[in-house]
Amino acid sequence: MKCQYCEKPATFHITELTEPAGPKVMHLCEEHARNFLQKEASSPVASVAGALAKQLQLGQTKQELAELDQKECPVCGISFFEFRNTGRLGCPYDYSFFEEDLVPLLTNIHDATEHVGKRPRRLAASADSQARMIQLRREMEEAVELEDYERASEIRDELKRMEKELSQPEAKSEDTSDQHNRSKQADRPEGEDRS
Amino acid sequence: MKQQTDFSSLAKSSGEWLRGTGPESDIVISSRIRLARNLADFPFIRRCSDEDRDSIERTVRARMEAMEDWKDIRYIDIEELSEVDRQFLVERQLISREIADADGSRAVAVDPGEQYSVMVNEEDHLRIQVMQSGLDLQAAWATIDSLDDRLEGAILYAFHEKYGYLTACPTNVGTGLRVSVMLHLPALVITRQIDKVFRSMQRINVTVRGLYGEGSQYSGDFYQVSNQVTLGHSEQALLSLVGDEVVPQIIQYERKARAFLVEQNQQDLHDDVSRALGILHTAKKISSEETMHYLSKVRMGVNLGLIDDVQVATINKLFIHTQPAHLQKLHGRVLGSSDRNVQRASYLQRHLHGELGDGELN
Ligand SMILES: [Zn+2]
Ligand SMILES: [Zn+2]
Repeated sequence: MKCQYCEKPATFHITELTEPAGPKVMHLCEEHARNFLQKEASSPVASVAGALAKQLQLGQTKQELAELDQKECPVCGISFFEFRNTGRLGCPYDYSFFEEDLVPLLTNIHDATEHVGKRPRRLAASADSQARMIQLRREMEEAVELEDYERASEIRDELKRMEKELSQPEAKSEDTSDQHNRSKQADRPEGEDRS
Repeated sequence: MKQQTDFSSLAKSSGEWLRGTGPESDIVISSRIRLARNLADFPFIRRCSDEDRDSIERTVRARMEAMEDWKDIRYIDIEELSEVDRQFLVERQLISREIADADGSRAVAVDPGEQYSVMVNEEDHLRIQVMQSGLDLQAAWATIDSLDDRLEGAILYAFHEKYGYLTACPTNVGTGLRVSVMLHLPALVITRQIDKVFRSMQRINVTVRGLYGEGSQYSGDFYQVSNQVTLGHSEQALLSLVGDEVVPQIIQYERKARAFLVEQNQQDLHDDVSRALGILHTAKKISSEETMHYLSKVRMGVNLGLIDDVQVATINKLFIHTQPAHLQKLHGRVLGSSDRNVQRASYLQRHLHGELGDGELN
């Protein structure tokens, strides 16, 4: 038997069992087997693509899909089309910007839409301030390119200031959200919480 | 780069996780946990400029160097490495094939015992992983949780109130956690029960991957079980799914199959493992797949008490040290495939005859 990817004989016969898709058998030469086995289990691109295909079949018309594909994140510039093709998002803000399109996808992949478990001890930066920092960084790179070093260093200071502010749990946050975070942190269950 | 000068010492040693001890180590080779993390103020890797990647790498490096227990940690600039060195780190399971083959600034920090490594600029800005010998997910979790806490103290992570730790791929979002347990299941393969066992488990949420599976001419009999979902379950629930539910069941099946083989087939089995050891002892040329195949049989033979002059730790180490980049690092030069087959055979003999200590080469 020949390797699935080249002319060499297939000496490795690999069975991948992924529920609910079922077992998949691959016949590979030594070199291709080595490459295959060193990749992470369950190809994320395949599962994202699969879940998206399922999701997009439901509900959306061709035109709605075409419009969705055009949608672009204002921070990193990734389009939904590009995400769909690569299975990878462009920046943390995408989870907010594409939220309504991502939720059904998350449901498909994880059968859940809400994080349970560990949280950073310090307060998480809001989606807006994370987006703002990424944008500032872009502007800083542009300023350097234009040799506007004064502007670049102003932005650098601004970035430092923002990060410092965000790094302190006790810094300017509303009391309520702070409370909320802390109590969740304290209540973090050890060993329970199975759903 | 100065950190590469003692790379060869890494080649002579082996990771803690290969020592062949720990709970259920007759069947469980290793437990691995990894966490995916991203910096809050950069785009994900795909949308990073070269400047962004450099800046992430410098930032992470500087902050890790400022951490208290930094001094023992080896920080390796992957971009600067030769092809063989990259392959070596992949064989060692310290870095992924993806990061080895990628372009641009990227790095890995490794602790001296090779218990954990932190990849910088993989698919996510940070991929933290911990390896442990045997089935001990709680110990692995304790290590990675504390490392993650310390990194989090120095680095602002991308985190969302509702979706948790944000990752480049939505399949990792939430906990960003992947638990993978590597199992050695030769008896289930010999008795042709392996597929049945996995199918009968009917578990969603885990992926089982057979390495060198049933029906192959040279079967290494290794299987990896991992969680599939990362969102909506706590870290403890995910550890428990793999470590307390799925893996113990498989272990139980493998033990039954081994007992059955010993009872029904003791002589054939003894013959089979002894021949395997004989070939490893005497071959003058041997490919890496043949080596895997025979080492697997010998490993089972040792665990069933049919072979008593070889240590499991030696066999675990040989699985890694007989791979191409390791052989080349040990010899200090590039070797073609047929040269490697000769060197591999000689390396196996020197180690199996018990003539060498752990770090010795020649
Ligand atoms: Zn091939
Ligand atoms: Zn974006």
